Amino acid sequence: MYNFDYEKAASADDAVKAAGGSDDVMFLAGGMTLIPTLKLRLTQPEKVVDVGGIGDMKGISVSGDTVIIGAATTHADVAGSDDVKKAIPALAKLASLIGDQQVRNRGTIGGSIANADPAADYPAAVVGLGATVKTNKREIAGDDFFTAMFETALEPGELITSVSFPVPEKADYQKLANPASGYAMVGVMVAKTKDGVRVGVTGAGPSAFRASAIEDALGSDFSSDAAKGVTMSSDDLNNDLHATAEYRASCISTLAARAVKAIG
Amino acid sequence: MAKHVGERMKRVEDGRFLTGRGTYTDDISKPGQTYAVFVRSPHAHAKIKSVNVDSALNVDGVLAVYTGADMAADGVGGLPCGWQVIGKGGTPMIEPAHPPLAVDTVRYVGDAVAVVIAETKNAAKDGAEALEVDYDVQPAVASAVKAMESGAPQVHDEVPGNVCYDWELGDKDAVDKAINDAHHVTTFDLVNNRLIPNAIEPRAAIGEYDPAGDNYTLTTTSQNPHVIRLLMCAFVLQIPEHKCRVVAPDVGGGFGSKIFHYAEEAVVTWAAKKAGRPVKWTSDRSEAFLTDAHGRDHVTKAQLAMDKDGKFTALKVATVANMGAYLSTFASSIPTYLYATLLAGQYTTPVIYAEVKAVFTHTTPVDAYRGAGRPEATYVIERIVEIAAREMGMDPAEIRRKNFIQPDQFPYETPVALTYDTGNYQASLDRALELSDYANFEKRREESAKNGKLRGVGLSCYIEACGIAPSAVAGALGARAGLYEAAEVRFAPTGTVSVFTGSHSHGQGHETTFAQLTADRLGIPVENVDIVHGDTDRIPFGMGTYGSRSLAVGGSAIVKAIDKIIVKGKKIAAHMMEENADDVEFDDGVFSVKGTNKSLTIGEVAFQAYVPHNFPHDELEPGLDESAFYDPNNFTYPAGAYVCEVEVDPDTGECTVEKFTAVDDFGNLINPMIVEGQVHGGIAQGIGQALLEGCVYSDDGQLVTGSYMDYAMPRAEHIPDYNFDFTTTPCTHNPIGAKGCGEAGAIGTPAAVINALTDALRVAGVDNIEMPATPLKIWQALNANKQAAE
Repeated sequence: MYNFDYEKAASADDAVKAAGGSDDVMFLAGGMTLIPTLKLRLTQPEKVVDVGGIGDMKGISVSGDTVIIGAATTHADVAGSDDVKKAIPALAKLASLIGDQQVRNRGTIGGSIANADPAADYPAAVVGLGATVKTNKREIAGDDFFTAMFETALEPGELITSVSFPVPEKADYQKLANPASGYAMVGVMVAKTKDGVRVGVTGAGPSAFRASAIEDALGSDFSSDAAKGVTMSSDDLNNDLHATAEYRASCISTLAARAVKAIG
Repeated sequence: MAKHVGERMKRVEDGRFLTGRGTYTDDISKPGQTYAVFVRSPHAHAKIKSVNVDSALNVDGVLAVYTGADMAADGVGGLPCGWQVIGKGGTPMIEPAHPPLAVDTVRYVGDAVAVVIAETKNAAKDGAEALEVDYDVQPAVASAVKAMESGAPQVHDEVPGNVCYDWELGDKDAVDKAINDAHHVTTFDLVNNRLIPNAIEPRAAIGEYDPAGDNYTLTTTSQNPHVIRLLMCAFVLQIPEHKCRVVAPDVGGGFGSKIFHYAEEAVVTWAAKKAGRPVKWTSDRSEAFLTDAHGRDHVTKAQLAMDKDGKFTALKVATVANMGAYLSTFASSIPTYLYATLLAGQYTTPVIYAEVKAVFTHTTPVDAYRGAGRPEATYVIERIVEIAAREMGMDPAEIRRKNFIQPDQFPYETPVALTYDTGNYQASLDRALELSDYANFEKRREESAKNGKLRGVGLSCYIEACGIAPSAVAGALGARAGLYEAAEVRFAPTGTVSVFTGSHSHGQGHETTFAQLTADRLGIPVENVDIVHGDTDRIPFGMGTYGSRSLAVGGSAIVKAIDKIIVKGKKIAAHMMEENADDVEFDDGVFSVKGTNKSLTIGEVAFQAYVPHNFPHDELEPGLDESAFYDPNNFTYPAGAYVCEVEVDPDTGECTVEKFTAVDDFGNLINPMIVEGQVHGGIAQGIGQALLEGCVYSDDGQLVTGSYMDYAMPRAEHIPDYNFDFTTTPCTHNPIGAKGCGEAGAIGTPAAVINALTDALRVAGVDNIEMPATPLKIWQALNANKQAAE
């Protein structure tokens, strides 16, 4: 680990002030990605601003048909929340499939989506459920949030404070985990909403995306066969040791079909 | 006295391990300790043009930087290989120099170029990062098969064509004739995947030098501290052996990877004198991936000939074994004497011929890893037998039964140089089939099919050879070490016992098993026995723990020492009871004289031995402390039958192990719970090899699977509940009747899993999948066949 300055923020405003809009400052929440990266000397921030202790950024509330999750809320809290389980069980399920118990006890939703790992689980929910990401200065639509591999719409020093998920009629998340890392090789969130069907895919491409071909198929026939019948293009999908682009394409349809089946 | 042998006693060592009170090498700090970080090559093959040590020495906190040239200037030798294999035509293997720090060439990613010694680990890391090494990058080769091709990059100038040895075993002409005359010949080409050991405790080493007595101490993560002392002192550092102490404290797993004498051990010991302060090195996990000796990595072609009834008439095997960049300590013996000699398996195949080419590549050295050669042999046999059964239209159990060595054929001499002393292969298979409900498998297959899943069942009947011995025979075959074990059993005056064993425990539970053995043999409470190991200054001698040898060889040495204690005790007791020693009997801790009511406990006799007021001084010396060396007459031959059932989701290729049945014959058991634990872990590693673990190098020698992000270890979720049982044919030639249990699971399991998987995929026309059979590979195989069918 290289040396860096450390500041523990008491509020989101303090955190943003401490970061000063600088590219060389990193926010630390659960640290599940940042700490290993620091230990391996893969990153060298000037300063780390710890937002993990900010009470206002933690917690879950349901307001009307929206579930609002504070950015510093852990995966374990989301997975175990009765409110989430009641309103969007698929979201609680997704959180329960992230990493292992230790990771879920530390890792946070804000940290996960800000990092924008192409294989993280939460992006499937942000895109698939049509979430809204709230920062210290604006609201960003889930569809616009992930811009490229490890890239988001966030500006330097901009801090996510909460994520709002509209409650769908029904939804389910299916994951095919990388046998080594446990990250998603493919993760699919299928949501039936009053505005139509949304299918968010993570793990398969450089960043989370909506599988519009499957959305269309399910829009006219919400059945697992309809989802399975869609041949996804493998263009632009990730290709690595564990999964080829063709395999990922096939698994998107398979997992979407499983999700539809689970929704019933 | 309550008997302990055969009891499922809880492990006495677990108290300290589970409460964080274990003492591992990295837990130990020495006064004035410094920290070493190695500068490692990022290239698989390069000439070192220059090393600028000043760039590192200028870093705050850096005390010293040493290079291969510094060590060479001090006359430091290379890391030796412990087994000389003689190839075809009497040609000895080629042993290229293996300097602890590379001198002019680096030969794998991770090869150490220099060591930076600093006040703190972070300063040492800063120094290592600052060190400037100018490399002239050369072409590299990672595949052993490609390394043999003409024009391939050369790993060592002294090994043209990269072949370390070309070795054979068996009667080639007889095998060729039998294949020619056969009713049917099954052929099978396979890759036995390279594995990375991943002991939970990374390697660590602390070197110390005390100028007062010119004494060195090395504290290290080793399975065999005496062997490390011998190799390091005699070959590398040229230190008189009595001036060097090697301590291996609690060690967190080894699986073979901590048998070997590694460069870092020699470097910290040497550097401690040079720097004038203790030097500590602890591997991080990334370093462990690059530098712990890897396992397996065979490419094999096999042919099995049989008559019209499915009776095997010959087996022919040609294997290319990847040695990596240098010969690690026992690397040369693994694909020869621990592999080809096992190719008879449990069968009466009358003639067998094996040819093994060991090849250098620009990869991490390969050496023994749990099973070491025997999993590779079992995989060849048990896969080709399964394929043969399918080709012959026979039940896989039936073809095995037809070819088993029968109980009345022991001792059985195989055509590949071993003599099995005992076994009953039919019994273990029958029990495994019963326990696994093999008879009703088709019903379960149908149930799975209803859910859209493909289910398969696979058998594996393995044999292993443990406790490599006798020394004289091993020596004739090229071993440069003895293969005995040593023990000392020492009574204290108050009747408690310390057992000093050359076997090293790094997860095996020796402190419990050996105490149970000792307590019963001496008839004393088990709490009165302490097992001491892992320190060359305390233990008389030791060859250490590997090859499932600890109980069969190390335990037998303890028994021999105990028997000497009893012989001496009888003489002391006879004197005390004023009887003839020949009339004294010993049973369950009591010396007595038949036909009299005279008796003495062993505690009373021990007290007299140390407070010798009524003692046969003319005949005996005081004290009750005996040591023994035990050199076995033969290997031991654990064997067993495994049955695996898997289920495959054809949509994603996901494969789950649904049922796993293991019936092992380890001879007599001391602690069945510990034995089961050993098998649990072994099966997990076997499932790991079959479905998850695969070390991948890029063509130019970069390790692609260099972390847990890409190297898949088996987790609890991958492992089913096991069905277990034992059958017993005691080993005939050691006093315990034990055969060894540490490696069996890793040996028998991969073939059982892949046989089950290929059975599941047969309906889709898939007959082989290379390990690890990942979801991707399974999906690709199913899809390739689907496309071919369309």
